Amino acid sequence: MTDHIWWMPPNGALHGAAIDHLMWWNLTALTTLFLLAHIFLIAALFRTRKSGNDLSQLRWKFLPLAGLTLLYAWMAISAQKLWATIRFQGAAPNALQVEITGEQFQWYFRYPGADATFGLTRPELINAPAGNPLGVDRTDEHSADDIISSILILPAGHEVDLGIRSIDVIHGFFIPGMRVKQNAVPGMEMHIHFTPDTPGDYPILCSQVCGSGHARMQTHLQVVSENEYEIWLKKHAPEHLGATK
Amino acid sequence: MSQIMHKKVARRSKIFTTDHRSIGINYLLLSLVAVAIGTILSLFMRIHIIAPGWKIPFWGVVPPEGYLALVTMHGTLMVFFVLTTAPVSGFGSLILPTQIGARRMAFPLLNALSFWLTTLSLAVLLAAFFVIGGAPISGWTNYPPLSAIAAAGPGQAAGMDLWLVSIGVFCLASILGAVNQLTTIIAKRCQGMMLMRMPLTVWSWLVTAILILFAFSILLAAVVLLFSDRHLATSFFIPSGEVINGLAIDPHANGSPMLWLHLFWFFGHPEVYIAILPAMGLTSSLLANFTRKPVFGYRFMVTTTLLIGFFGLLVWGHHMFVSGMNPYAGTAFALTTMAIAIPSSGKVLGWLAMLWRGRDSRVHPLPTPMLFTLGFLSFFIAGGLTGPILAQPVLDAYLHNTYFVVAHFHLIMAMAGVFSLFAAVYYWFPLLTGRLMNERLGKWHFWLSLIGAYGTFFPMHFAGLAGLPRHYAQLTGSTSTLASFLPLQTGITHTAFLLAGAQLLFLINLFWSAHRGQSAGNNPWLATTLEWAAPAEGCIVRRGPYEYGFHRNLPDFIPQCAEDPEQE
Repeated sequence: MTDHIWWMPPNGALHGAAIDHLMWWNLTALTTLFLLAHIFLIAALFRTRKSGNDLSQLRWKFLPLAGLTLLYAWMAISAQKLWATIRFQGAAPNALQVEITGEQFQWYFRYPGADATFGLTRPELINAPAGNPLGVDRTDEHSADDIISSILILPAGHEVDLGIRSIDVIHGFFIPGMRVKQNAVPGMEMHIHFTPDTPGDYPILCSQVCGSGHARMQTHLQVVSENEYEIWLKKHAPEHLGATK
Repeated sequence: MSQIMHKKVARRSKIFTTDHRSIGINYLLLSLVAVAIGTILSLFMRIHIIAPGWKIPFWGVVPPEGYLALVTMHGTLMVFFVLTTAPVSGFGSLILPTQIGARRMAFPLLNALSFWLTTLSLAVLLAAFFVIGGAPISGWTNYPPLSAIAAAGPGQAAGMDLWLVSIGVFCLASILGAVNQLTTIIAKRCQGMMLMRMPLTVWSWLVTAILILFAFSILLAAVVLLFSDRHLATSFFIPSGEVINGLAIDPHANGSPMLWLHLFWFFGHPEVYIAILPAMGLTSSLLANFTRKPVFGYRFMVTTTLLIGFFGLLVWGHHMFVSGMNPYAGTAFALTTMAIAIPSSGKVLGWLAMLWRGRDSRVHPLPTPMLFTLGFLSFFIAGGLTGPILAQPVLDAYLHNTYFVVAHFHLIMAMAGVFSLFAAVYYWFPLLTGRLMNERLGKWHFWLSLIGAYGTFFPMHFAGLAGLPRHYAQLTGSTSTLASFLPLQTGITHTAFLLAGAQLLFLINLFWSAHRGQSAGNNPWLATTLEWAAPAEGCIVRRGPYEYGFHRNLPDFIPQCAEDPEQE
């Protein structure tokens, strides 16, 4: 097992190593089958009628088929275990909360602030030119300390619970380096959770065609140390909060 | 003068005809138009990816929405008007009746109606290029709300309406065609053509017709619902609180885009099998013919065809692992998808075992239809083996909507499907013209296409593994990693041109051989099935479809309708 699959971007998430491991075995097994089948196919073309066994007995078909069935069963089971670990349960209660909103053609990240609660949003309040692209209800007491950012900053080693939404069309929230992808569907809030463990800069892309600006709907995830994360939070806390202190 | 008149009348009578042969040819010509346009669109896309500033003649620089319009129209043309129309309606009309000893379809007039509806559907689709805003940009899957609200982007107004009308009409044509084929197979078989004596192509068309009844009925319903969301203020697919471009969309009751995804993919996945099942039947038949041995495991092939058809209706959710569908449902769809790999693998093993028996070079060396059948087999294996990877939700969650998926379906559906169509054209061409297609041109066509196709689609696996999403009009943006794909994409564009250019050889071959090709005789491939050997009247089938190689002395085959040979 290599620690890095050819072509794949380096993995920076806790769960990513297991996915890469599974991917590696799958690619190896299936590439081998691809080569074997083609060697067999080409060799067959050089055979003439009289050369040897003609494989017309049933076992020559059912033995390989049984082998392939076992391989597919192994793939289904091993992938299923991993899928269940990653997706069947929600995040731990102490996970960091970040709300992600997709909008043609921009990602917004909202942090709940010190009260650990997101302020209400109302679709009728959405007004990007006036500085309220998410429609945050300023009269709600929880919204005062919410931080809205256009890049995603996360502390390494801390589980994060992402609530993914869209206000207009379906977008695809994709961080290749975190092995994370989830569509953002208007009218629903999707939750996925993971733990980034390697500090660095990771592209965030839109993976579901969402309109003319689809290809430029990109931003960054910056995984930083716990310390840097705290500093960033303080720096970006809404100004009027600082004033009331 | 009168001769010209006569010719004109004859030509018109071939266009406005209820004869299954002429309708079949008309369908194939329609597909040829669609595949030519679809290919040119794909070349524009390939150029745009590596040279965004290039001006398309008579159109100018392609804007990002123009690129997405190209993607949408390319996909729609290829999936509906090529991969569905040609193998199912085209060869289904041309070959199906004669293979079961019927002189006509069950409903000849309905067959003509289906063809004209399909033509209308193509015209409406192409008209989308010429309306204000241009063609739709939401891809051939047209997920709402992008496809439900005109303000969501250029092309989503009149262009999207035309797409919906076109596909609605296409659904209608396909459903009528399927009813016709199903009835023909059930009711019009000649004496002695029992189910278990039907050629495997006919079994494929039977299962295909059943799948079409399920799949296209659902798509028709979905298209009608989306149209009513757009124009009748319903909200099947639009959620409440929808805001587009800063504008709140009129209050909607709480619809869900997920409903469209389910309806669309309930159609969309069987559609893949609708496109590829006829190819599977043809492959079995041609391998039997060219190896001069019966199909290896006829019952096994019939059973796997039925199983693939059945499971094909149960796997649609594997397109939706990361769409917001419940992860438990993902597990269920992963298991049904893995299950469908078993009959598919069984078929491949059967074909490989047929090949292993060796060619009989006394009868056939490696003629062009056989080469294209081997090409189908190669692509089916190459594209099929990435299927189990994409069937695992945890791996698909990384690869979904990347170039890996583009590589997968272009190999298994597009290239496998098209290579099988070429095999069919080269094989059945003598039935239409009495002439064989040119072998030398055919072999060049095959090898250049094979190299072009692998060169174009195989490298896309690597782009996909690297995380490059589909539908990206440009390789720039705030994340710098995408620009590193330029060399790979440049290589792909060049082989795409090789692939497209090789098809010119095919066109030349078609026209040259139709007039000057070597005369073929009645049964150039020494085949057993009825389309080559049926007497005009009172055909009685006496045996199975693949009675090859039982006699060492030539002829080594017995046509299905031949009198019993004298007892030895």
